[in-house]
Amino acid sequence: MERTLPLYGMLARYPDPDTLVEAAEKATAAGYTQMEAYSPMPIHGLAEAIGFHSNRLPWIVLLGGIVGGLTGYFLQYTTAVIDYPLNVGGKPNHSWPQFVPVTFELTILGAGLAAVLGMLALNGLPRPNHPVFSIDEFKLASRDGFFLFLLARDPIFDADSAASFLRELEPAPLFVVPVEEEHA
Amino acid sequence: MSDSIRDDVSNGPVATSGLPVLEPGHTYSTITDKISEIALTKRTSRRWLMGFGIGFTLTMVLLYSIAVLLIRGVGVWGLNNPVGWGFAIINFVWWIGIGHAGTLISAVLLLLNQDWRTSINRFAEAMTLFAVSCAGLFPLLHIGRPWLAYWLLPYPNTMAVWPQWRSPLIWDVFAVTTYATISLLFWYVGLIPDLATMRDRAKSSFAKIVYGIFALGWRGAARHWHRYETAYLLLAGIATPLVVSVHTIVGYDFAVSIVPGWHVTVFPPYFVAGAVFAGFAMVLTLAIPIRAFYGLQDFITERHLRNMAKILLATGLLVAYGYMMETFMAWYSGSDLEWSLLMNRLFGPYAVQYWALLFCNVVVPQLLWLRSIRGSTIALWLISLVVGVGMWLERFIIVVTSLHRDFLPSSWGMYTPTFWDWSLYLGTIGLFLMLLFLFIRFLPVINIFEMRVLLEKKEREKEEGEERA
Repeated sequence: MERTLPLYGMLARYPDPDTLVEAAEKATAAGYTQMEAYSPMPIHGLAEAIGFHSNRLPWIVLLGGIVGGLTGYFLQYTTAVIDYPLNVGGKPNHSWPQFVPVTFELTILGAGLAAVLGMLALNGLPRPNHPVFSIDEFKLASRDGFFLFLLARDPIFDADSAASFLRELEPAPLFVVPVEEEHA
Repeated sequence: MSDSIRDDVSNGPVATSGLPVLEPGHTYSTITDKISEIALTKRTSRRWLMGFGIGFTLTMVLLYSIAVLLIRGVGVWGLNNPVGWGFAIINFVWWIGIGHAGTLISAVLLLLNQDWRTSINRFAEAMTLFAVSCAGLFPLLHIGRPWLAYWLLPYPNTMAVWPQWRSPLIWDVFAVTTYATISLLFWYVGLIPDLATMRDRAKSSFAKIVYGIFALGWRGAARHWHRYETAYLLLAGIATPLVVSVHTIVGYDFAVSIVPGWHVTVFPPYFVAGAVFAGFAMVLTLAIPIRAFYGLQDFITERHLRNMAKILLATGLLVAYGYMMETFMAWYSGSDLEWSLLMNRLFGPYAVQYWALLFCNVVVPQLLWLRSIRGSTIALWLISLVVGVGMWLERFIIVVTSLHRDFLPSSWGMYTPTFWDWSLYLGTIGLFLMLLFLFIRFLPVINIFEMRVLLEKKEREKEEGEERA
C-alpha cells in the first residue's frame, strides 16, 4: 500500500497486562518519551510506565466543591438576609445552621460535576475519531487487547527502528503496524 | 486512601470467606462476550417481552393516573384534613430509600475495596437512578400544580420572593436533585468504557453509531484510565456522604416538625438505616430472578447473595433499634402526646399495619441468622419481598398515624387511600420495571471492565498462592 498520509505512530499488541507494562518500561528506558498504552481496563503502574505523573484532577474537584459550597451559602445569605429578610419562627435572619444542608448539597454537586467534566476535558473527550481507530485490531483494546503505541512526533522516532524495537518486545501475535494521521 | 488500609480491609473476613466472587475458567474475552452478548443479541426473548410488557402497561396506568390527577386535582387522592401527607410522601420516601442501596454498593463498597461489589454495582446504580426518578414524581405531583414546580428553585422572579431556606422541604429539593444528578453521573461515568466495548462489538451500524456517541470516543488510553480512576474514586468519595445526607434530610422533613411521632431525634440515622435495609432488599428482589434468567451465576455468585443477606440482617437490626427507641422515648419523655400516639399505633385503628410492619421488618429478617436460609435463593427472595412490604408499611405508619389524630379530638380523622392513590403507586412500579427492562436489553448489566480487573487480581492472587505453596 502506498503511503499517502504522514505517519502518526507505530502500534504493537501484547498478550497480557504484565507484558504491556514491561514493554512500556523498556520503551521509556530506550529513550522514547512520546507514547501511549491502550488497554481494556485500568492497569496499575501503566500510566507511570509511559511517563505520566501529573494529575490535576483532584485540584479541579476541590475547586468545584469550594465554588459549589460558596455559591450555596451566599445564595442563601443574600436572599434570606439582604434581599428579602423574613421572620420565620423568630429565628435570626442569618440562621447559619439552617443554611448548612443546602450548602453541603451544592458542595457535592459542584465537586461531582467538576470530577466528571474535568476528567473528560483533561482527557480530550468526547473525541469520536482518532487515528488508532483506523486499525481493525484496535477493536480488541476494549476486549482483551493490550497495545503500546509509539508516536511519530517523538524526536528519536524512526519508522523502521520503532517497528523493530516493538518486535523485540515480543508482541503477540506478532503484530506491529504503522498508524497514519487522519485527514485534517 | 492509603494502600495499607485498603489491603487490611480486603484481607478481612468478607474477602477471604470460602465462596468465590467469580467462578473459575473465565478469560478477558469470555467475560466481555458473555456480558455484552445479553444486550447485543438480536433475539429478544419472550420473557423479556413479558416483563417489559408488564412494565409498559403499568406505565400507561401511571400516565392515566397523572392525567386524572391533573384534570381533577389532588382531591382524587385520599388526602384530607388532618392527613395532608398520604401516599405521595409514603411512596416518595419508600422509593428514595430503595435507591440508596445502589449508591452504597457502588460508592461505599468501592472505598472499602470489597471485590464482591463488582458484578452487582452497575445494576444497583441503575436501580438507584430509576428509583429516584419514581421518587421525584411524587412531591412534584403532590404540590398540585406540577407545572409550577420551578417555584421551588431560587430564581429572581416578579413576585420578588425567595425559597424559605429554613424549611427541610427546600433542603429536600436540593438534596434530591443533587442526588439524582450525581447518581446519573456516577452511573454514566461507569458505563463509558463498557459503551466503548459495545461500540466495538456491535454488528449493526446503527448500534455502532449510538453506542459510539455515548462512548464519547473512549479508547482505553493509559492516561485516560488514570484520570478516569481518580474521577471515579472521588465521585465515590463524595457520593458516600451524599447518600447519608439525602436520607438524613428526608428524616428532617419529619423530625424538624413538632408533630408527635415525627419530632424524634433518632429519625435521621434511623431513616438512613431503613433506606439501606429497603434498598438491599430491592437489589435481592431484582438480582435473584435476573441472574437466573440470564445465566449470570458465574458473576453474581452465592457469595454476593450471602453478603447481601448479612447486610440485610445488620441494617434490619439497626431499624429494629430505631423502633425500640421510638417506643422507649414515648414512655421516657413523659409526654402525654407521645404516649397517646404510641397507644394509638399499638392498639388504634392502624394497629394491624403497625404489627405487620414489626413482623416484616423485625421478625422475618431474624431468619437470616441461619446459614441455610442465607444459602437458599428462594428463601432470600421471599424475605426480600417481605422487607420491601415492611418498609412501605413503616412509612405508612410514620406518615398516617402521626397525622390522623391531631392535637384536638375535634380534628381527628381517618385516612383511606383511593383507587387513584393505588394506581399511581402501581404505575411507578411499572415505570421502574420498564426502565429496568430497557436497561437490561440495551446496556451491559454488569460492569465489564471491572470484571476484567477482578479477573486479573484473582489470577495474580492465584499465582502468588502457588508460589507460596
